[in-house]
Amino acid sequence: MLGRRGALRFLALPPYVWLAVFFLVPLLLIVAISFRPETGPIDFDDPWTFTIAQYERILETPAYLRRLGMSVAMALVIATAATVLAYPIAYFLAFRARERAVVFLILLLIPFAVSYLLRVMAWRLMLGGEGAINSLLDWLGVISAPIDLLIYSPVAVVVTLIYVWIPFAALPVYAALQRIERGHLEAAADLGAGPWTRFWQVTVPLSLPGAVAAFFMVFIPTVGEYVTPSLVGGTEGYMYGNIIQDFFSQAASWATGAALAVIMLVLTLALVAVALRLIDVRRLAS
Amino acid sequence: MLLFLYFPIALLFLFSFSTNTVLTFPLRGFTLDWYREGFGDSALLEAARNSVVVGIGAASVATALGLGVSIAVSRFRFRGRLGLIALAGLPLIVPFVVLGVSLFLLFNLADLPRSLFAIAAGHTVIALPFATLILLARMGGLDPALEDAAMDLGATYPITLRRVVLPVMVPTIISAWLTCFIVSFDEVAIALFLAGGDPTFPVFLYGQLRFAQRLPVLIAMAVTLTVLTVTLTLIAFRLGRRKE
Repeated sequence: MLGRRGALRFLALPPYVWLAVFFLVPLLLIVAISFRPETGPIDFDDPWTFTIAQYERILETPAYLRRLGMSVAMALVIATAATVLAYPIAYFLAFRARERAVVFLILLLIPFAVSYLLRVMAWRLMLGGEGAINSLLDWLGVISAPIDLLIYSPVAVVVTLIYVWIPFAALPVYAALQRIERGHLEAAADLGAGPWTRFWQVTVPLSLPGAVAAFFMVFIPTVGEYVTPSLVGGTEGYMYGNIIQDFFSQAASWATGAALAVIMLVLTLALVAVALRLIDVRRLAS
Repeated sequence: MLLFLYFPIALLFLFSFSTNTVLTFPLRGFTLDWYREGFGDSALLEAARNSVVVGIGAASVATALGLGVSIAVSRFRFRGRLGLIALAGLPLIVPFVVLGVSLFLLFNLADLPRSLFAIAAGHTVIALPFATLILLARMGGLDPALEDAAMDLGATYPITLRRVVLPVMVPTIISAWLTCFIVSFDEVAIALFLAGGDPTFPVFLYGQLRFAQRLPVLIAMAVTLTVLTVTLTLIAFRLGRRKE
């Protein structure tokens, strides 16, 4: 008869194995491949040799590092803006919506469930030279010629991605705000704190773990973005993720692409390690 | 703020019924032609079908694995317990482009073709954190005394899981499954690296977007499928909130 301990193996082993095969091994594989010398597609029957040539090549190409810096900067702006803009929504849901909270929560979930590509396309159509914003302004007589700056720029990528991530960013902030003991706010009020003091001294600090979580849940996918930049970014709004993708399509130098990906991975893991020091992980896990 | 979130979506929705081929104001006539054309496009429907197949596969595996993780972690003390939680959550902090590249190279190394299976495998990995979070939250709220009682009455542990734990967990399992399905159904960044001859719908959409004259049909079909995912999200939300 199968006891409890015996059952544990059936519960825990499959996830371990699955994640080892389709997650850990692939990540170790790109690290290994990033030390191969090839500058084209790789024939895996060739012997494995070790070289840091790919990393040297990347470090000698300022354009790559510039793109990396730009992508990190864009992701910082996007994650900050999405979190800040999501905060009032989450605050409203947690403190003001009362019995209608469920309705508003649903209203928040719907845009999130709308296809990501569709939301990006909405902005492409709005920002474009013949797009909604230009034609609306023209129709209203505000402008006579379309403003070209709207689309195919880093700004277009930033605006689009902020829009895409707001609903997602609101969820962890909302969860953190909901956990705040109402008694703390009442106690602050009894001690003479006004609404602003209560908000800045009690609500904001207590909701900070949620805000930090929201920031990173936006930052990580954004820093590796290549789909949105390729749709609305043009050559100026090209991100580091696009460079990686290029090495697997047109340029096809897999080892270089792998090295670029490893650099991005190390950078993200380092940033997350910093974040985990900021928020108490064990409390989130429990 | 909510209005701001809805405005662009509403605009696309209107656009999909308009005779305009570029989104300019004022919108002209009303038409269902784009929808008619979309439903007559076999490549497009095939891609949508592929997405459903991948979504079902990825959601089923991710939910099953997530259930294993959540029971193991919430009911057992064992070596590697924290490791298992960390591992199940880790895909959340790896940028998709990195995961896409790694799986692309894995399938190349193993000499396996890029395929719907490859996409589904990738989607399982990114959906697992969501399944685990949802299921773990419910398992944590479930009184272990229920299981002890069943076993005191002579049930073996597997029977206890099947007859006591699973029935209580059904709404949460469905909610987790639907969430995973939507994560997979909408995912494009990993899928682009792993798609072989058969594209999923987002991959197909992405590939066709450069053809301006195709735009209204594509938008119309994307709107149709979005109605589907929104419905599923609402069902998942409803089931996830149900309290016993």
